[in-house]
Amino acid sequence: MQRIGVFICWCGSNIAATVDVKKVAAAALNEPGVVFSADYQYMCSASGQGLVKDAIREKGLTGVVVCSCSPRMHEATFRKAAESCGLNPYMVEIANIREHCSWIHKDVAEGTEKAVILMRAAVAKVNLNQSLVAGKSDVVKRALVIGGGIAGIQTALDIAEAGYEVDIVEKKPTIGGKMAQLDKTFPTLDCSACILTPKMVDAAAHDKIKIYSYSEVESVSGFVGNFTAKIRKKARFVKEDLCTGCGLCTEKCPSRKTPNEFNEGMNTRSAIYIPFAQAVPKYAVIDPAACLHFKTGKCGLCERTCDAKAVDYNQKDETIERKYGAIVVATGYNVIKLDNFGEYGYTENPDVITSLELERIMNAAGPTGGALLRPSDKTHPQKIVFVQCVGSRGQRPCDKPYCSKICCMYTAKHAMLIREKYPDTEVYVFYIDVRTPGKNFEEFYRRAVEQYGVHYVKGQVGKVAENAGKLRVYGSDLLMNEQIVIDADLVVLAAAIEPDESAKKIATMLTTGIDTNNFLTEAHPKLRPVESATAGIFLSGVCQGPKDIPETVSQASAAAVKVIGLLAKDQITCNPCVARSDELLCNGCSSCEKVCPYGAITYIDKEVNDHGKREVRRIASVNEAVCQGCGACTVACPSGAMDLKGFTNKQIMAEVDAICR
Amino acid sequence: MSVEHESFKPTIVAFCCNWCSYAGADLAGSGRMQYPANVKIIKVPCSCRVNPTFVLRAFQRGADGVIMCGCHPGDCHYSTGNYYTRRRMTMLFDFLDFLGIERGRTRVEWVSAAEGARFASVMNDFVKNVTELGPNRKITDLRTKPEHKEGE
Ligand SMILES: Cc1cc2nc3c(=O)[nH]c(=O)nc-3n(C[C@H](O)[C@H](O)[C@H](O)COP(=O)(O)OP(=O)(O)OC[C@H]3O[C@@H](n4cnc5c(N)ncnc54)[C@H](O)[C@@H]3O)c2cc1C
Ligand code: SF4
Ligand code: SF4
Repeated sequence: MQRIGVFICWCGSNIAATVDVKKVAAAALNEPGVVFSADYQYMCSASGQGLVKDAIREKGLTGVVVCSCSPRMHEATFRKAAESCGLNPYMVEIANIREHCSWIHKDVAEGTEKAVILMRAAVAKVNLNQSLVAGKSDVVKRALVIGGGIAGIQTALDIAEAGYEVDIVEKKPTIGGKMAQLDKTFPTLDCSACILTPKMVDAAAHDKIKIYSYSEVESVSGFVGNFTAKIRKKARFVKEDLCTGCGLCTEKCPSRKTPNEFNEGMNTRSAIYIPFAQAVPKYAVIDPAACLHFKTGKCGLCERTCDAKAVDYNQKDETIERKYGAIVVATGYNVIKLDNFGEYGYTENPDVITSLELERIMNAAGPTGGALLRPSDKTHPQKIVFVQCVGSRGQRPCDKPYCSKICCMYTAKHAMLIREKYPDTEVYVFYIDVRTPGKNFEEFYRRAVEQYGVHYVKGQVGKVAENAGKLRVYGSDLLMNEQIVIDADLVVLAAAIEPDESAKKIATMLTTGIDTNNFLTEAHPKLRPVESATAGIFLSGVCQGPKDIPETVSQASAAAVKVIGLLAKDQITCNPCVARSDELLCNGCSSCEKVCPYGAITYIDKEVNDHGKREVRRIASVNEAVCQGCGACTVACPSGAMDLKGFTNKQIMAEVDAICR
Repeated sequence: MSVEHESFKPTIVAFCCNWCSYAGADLAGSGRMQYPANVKIIKVPCSCRVNPTFVLRAFQRGADGVIMCGCHPGDCHYSTGNYYTRRRMTMLFDFLDFLGIERGRTRVEWVSAAEGARFASVMNDFVKNVTELGPNRKITDLRTKPEHKEGE
C-alpha cells in the first residue's frame, strides 16, 4: 500500500475562490492510501514546496498528489521537489483543479465537487504508480536552422560562436530573407543592406556554419538530441565549387523576360541569374522554366561564356542526410496576395503598389535605381496616399484577424523618407490606429507628423479608382466626420504579412503546433516563447508571429541560447514513460511493430520461464531511447502484453473508475 | 423536458492527448471559458493511447458519455496516432450503438493547443447532447450505482 500525501493549492484566490480547498483536503483523507493532506496559499512557492518536502520526509510518503494548476505549469517543479528528498519523481501526479476546474466554473459547490473527483482520480492513479528511471541518450552536437532570413542568420551565428556546428537550409538561392529587400530600416533609418550583408558574409565565412542554399528539408525523423534530416539540394545547373560569381553568364543570357523576384517583379532578370549583387552564397542559378536550353535544346550560351566551366545542364537534385541535436525553424513570412482586395484596384492599376514594392523602388539597387518614380509612366508622383492595415485586423474571409505589427512603423518610415528626399511631395496616411509601442518608436512617428508634415488621416479607404491618369482615392476622415477624395499619383498599400506557405508542412514534419493563422506555436506564450511544444524544436523570427527586426534578432538569439543549452549536454534524460511488453503474454505477432511511428520495436528470441516451463520465444522488445511513449502499440497488441509506463492500462482504468464512482 | 431530466447531470469522461487537446483545455481555462463541470479530463500521451476497453469500462462504471480529443489530422505529435484513434473509435462507436449506447454518447474531436474556445464549445455541445439523451442504462454494471448500493 502506498502512503500518499495530497496537497491542495489555493493559487491565491485563483482556485480558492471557486473551490473549497479545506473540503478537498478533508475528502482526500477518505481515499485509499492517503495518509496526509494539507492546503496552502501558493504550493509552488519555496515554502509551499517545503511543505511537500517536509511531509515526504516526516510522514514517509511514497506518493504525492498536488491539486493545483495544470501539470504543464508545475509538474516538473513538484517532481523535482520530491526528487530532492529522495522520492522518485514519477510518484508525483498533478490534479488540474485550476485550468480544468476553478477557472471554468463559477459555482463553489460544483467547483468543489469536481475538484474532489479530480483529486480522487489522481490518488487512484498514484496508488498504482511505480518508480521510473529515465534512460539517457546521446546528443548530436550540431544544429539545423531552417530558413536563412535575419532570424536564421542570427541564430546560426550565435550557435556557431558558442562553438557548435550549424547548418542553415534556405530554400532560395541566397540567404538574407526579406531584410535583404528593404531599403532603410526604422527606427534608426540605417541602410538595411549595410547592417545585413556583413552578417550574411560572416555566416558564410564561419567555419562552424554550413549553408545549404536553394535547398529544402524534405523529412525529419528522430527525437530531441538525435534528429535525422533529409535535405534536398535543388539543382542549380551551376557547379558551386567552380562558379566564381562573376556574373558574365547573366549578361550574355538571351532569355531576359522573367519577372525579377528580388525586385518584386518590377523589372526582369535573365534565365541564368544571381539574385542580387550581395547574394550569399554568390553562385549563379539557372531557372529551367525560362532557359532556352531547357525549353528548346538550343542556346547553351552561358556554358560557352563561363571561363570557370561551372555550367552543368545535367546537374540533378541531390539528397543529403545529416544528423542534428536541435532544430530551429526560422521560415519567416510573406506579404499577402491582394487579388481579393478589389476596392484598392491593386491588380488593375500599376500605380497601386505594396509597401514592399516601394522598398525596392526607393532602393538604389532597385528597378528605378532609387528614384521615386511611379511604375506606369516613370514620372515623379506629387501626391502619395498610404493605406494601412490592408488585410490586417479585419473580419472578412480575405482578411487576417491579427495586427501585422510592423506596418505602422514602416509606413511612417516611408512617408518620412519621401518627404525628406522630395519635400514637394504631399503624403497622406490613412490609418485605423497608429500603433508604435517600442523603444523610440512613438518619437519616430511624431517626427513624421511634426517635423516632416505627413498628413495622417484617421479613417479607411473605401475605393481607389483610375481617373484621368490619376488615382482617385475615396476615404473617410473619422475625426472630422467627413468623406474625402484625393487625386493621388501613387497609392501604397501596407499589406498584411502571413507565415511562409511552407509553415504548415514544416510544422507537420516536425510534429509541432501551428495556430489558426499558421504561425508556429511556442511552448508557453509567456515563459517559453522560443521553444516549441516538441522537445528539441525551437522558433526564431516571424514564423512565430509578426515582428520587426530588433524583436526578430532578440528572439533569434534567445532561440540560439536554448539550442546551446541543449548541445552543451553530452547526454539528455529520456522520457521514462515508454512502452514495455510483458514477455510472458507476448506472442510475437508483430502487431505492435506495424503501428509504431518510430520503429522502436524489434523482435528477439528469448528464453522465458513460463510458470516453470522454459522455452525460447519470439517476443517484442522496445528500444527505450527511440520509443517516444505514444502508446499506439499498447492498443494494437491483441494479447494485452504491451503497456505504457506512467500511463498503464491499470492506471487509466483506475482514473476512469474514480471519475465514474 | 421533465423535471428529472432537467436536473440530470451526466457523468462525462474526456480523454485528452497531452500535446494538443489537453493544452487546448488549459487555454480554455486561462481564457475563463465556461463549460459544464460534468466533464472530467483524463490525460493520455496521445489519443491513440485510449484503448477501447477504457471506453467500455467508463460506460460499465456508469458514465453517460465518453469523448476523446486529439490533435488535428496531420498534426499528431507522434505523426500518425490520431489516425489510429479515428479508425479504432469508428468501429467501437458502431459496436456500442449496436449495444444500445447511442452515437450521441461517444465522440472523437480534434482540438489544437491554440483552440481554447473550440474546446469549450465542443464540451458544451457534447454535454448538451448527452443530457438530452438522459442517463445511460446500457452495459452499466448496476452494482456500481449508488442507488443500487443503497437498496442492497
Ligand atoms: C515593407 C516592409 C518594410 C519593413 N521595414 C522594416 C524596418 O524598417 N525595420 C524593421 O525592424 N523591420 C522591418 N520590416 C520587418 C522585417 O522584414 C522582418 O522583421 C524580418 O525580415 C523578419 O526576418 P525573418 O528571418 O523572421 O523572416 P524572413 O526575412 O521572411 O526570412 C525567412 C527566410 O526563410 C526562408 N524560408 C522560408 N521557408 C523555408 C523553408 N521551408 N525552407 C527553407 N527556407 C525557407 C525564406 O526564403 C527566407 O529567406 C519590414 C517588413 C516589410 C514587409
Ligand atoms: S509507445 Fe509503442 S508505438 Fe509509441 S513510440 Fe513507443 S514503442 Fe512505438
Ligand atoms: S502486439 Fe503485443 S503480442 Fe504482438 S508482438 Fe507486440 S507486444 Fe507482442
